[in-house]
Amino acid sequence: MTPSGAEFIKQIKAQIDEVDPSVVSEIVDAPAADGIVIVDVREADEWEAGHLPGAHFVTRGHLESRIEGAAPDRSARVILYCASGNRSALAAKTLRDDLGYENVSSMTGGYTLWKDRGYAVAVPKAFTPEQKQRYSRHFLLPEVGPEGQQKLLDAKVLLLGAGGLGSPTAFYLAAAGVGTLGIVDDDTVDLSNLQRQIIHTMDTVGVPKVDSAERAIHALNPDVRVNKYPVRLNSSNIVEIIQGYDLIVDGVDNFPTRYLLNDASVRLKIPVVSAAILGFEGQLSVFAPYDGPCYRCLFPEPPPAELAPSCGANGVLGVLPGTMGLLQATEVIKLIIGAGEPLIGRLLMYDALSATTTELKVRRDPECEICSRDPDSISDEELGVFPDYEAFCAAAG
Amino acid sequence: MATIRIPPVLRSAVGGDREVAATGDTVGQVLENLAEAHPETRDQLFGQSGGLNRFVNVYVNDEDVRVLDGLGTSVAENDTLLILPAMAGGA
Repeated sequence: MTPSGAEFIKQIKAQIDEVDPSVVSEIVDAPAADGIVIVDVREADEWEAGHLPGAHFVTRGHLESRIEGAAPDRSARVILYCASGNRSALAAKTLRDDLGYENVSSMTGGYTLWKDRGYAVAVPKAFTPEQKQRYSRHFLLPEVGPEGQQKLLDAKVLLLGAGGLGSPTAFYLAAAGVGTLGIVDDDTVDLSNLQRQIIHTMDTVGVPKVDSAERAIHALNPDVRVNKYPVRLNSSNIVEIIQGYDLIVDGVDNFPTRYLLNDASVRLKIPVVSAAILGFEGQLSVFAPYDGPCYRCLFPEPPPAELAPSCGANGVLGVLPGTMGLLQATEVIKLIIGAGEPLIGRLLMYDALSATTTELKVRRDPECEICSRDPDSISDEELGVFPDYEAFCAAAG
Repeated sequence: MATIRIPPVLRSAVGGDREVAATGDTVGQVLENLAEAHPETRDQLFGQSGGLNRFVNVYVNDEDVRVLDGLGTSVAENDTLLILPAMAGGA
């Protein structure tokens, strides 16, 4: 005779390892819970009403196909929970017997007992029906999912320049749902920009670039808040502008601002996703203060004027800033959601004519004038110390 | 002969080529031979003391010669040297 459902679950529970919420609570509270994966196997509406802090969300229905996104290492300790401990018991047996997970437990009493005992819960911000639809392809990626999307919506990213690099970056970061985009640009849209600066249009020629970019961003995604800075960065305004941002995207067109940005971002410990373009070639790297090298570690001094074609107009293939800007946007998203290997300590070179990429190692300079020091010791007067720019560009002819 | 990859800003100094071959057993010798063949590159590579300018990074394969043996870094027959100048274009 086949057992009743209740009897069957009882039999399963006898075969698997169960763990009391008090033990799980200690794991959740421990600062070094690394390697232990807690998975909520309930349905989306239950998850949204509240869940264990730091838990991953994989419904039992998607367990086999999506568990690897939450727990890629089959030898890691995995603790499953549901509402009362039944569904997680069944899921634990599946993970152990069918998928080869070596150390799986089910939490007894589930979320109901957890909550009754007064342990901490996390209540995710609810997505609107429109957001669920808009970001549905992100939700399907284990590396993003609802948690990653929430991180994107909570993120504050500052774009330096709404030009060649800033245009595609702003567009895609807005589409991805980065909640706050700051844009620094003191220029107005010119017809000659439209060959590559795709966030601007014929309708906004003559309009300040920050306003033109804001219009395009809001037309694409009203979730995004745009902070506009129609100014040129200098040593007296940079700290005030960049502080409070999680990440900075550097697409500026001149060396003095790049050095200024580097010094201020090291002081405030804000990572910079940096790209530069010329002709058919681009460079890309991520400068994460104190985790990796800074811009001055890579280039301690600016080149002399004849080697620095950054003053005035230079030719650039219109598509190239698109390519490099989207690589920047990709690095930004990876850093926000914590996925993959960011381009820290590496410099990627792209040559469009030969369709080749080259990767170089970038090391921290132990004697770097800026990032070898305590960030608090970097004074206002030292930010962006650079040869006189007027003289610098005059020398370039 | 080692291959030297020439960045856009230096190409006019070598007649427009993207890659130039030069002989030498060390980075210093290879770059010296480059400067000999294309004198316009000399001031851009070497400072007055004869060392590499600080604004020029030179890589053998993917490693910065400064963390190897600088201009004394040995260069094998099939190695590629890459000269990396800072670029600031973004607009």
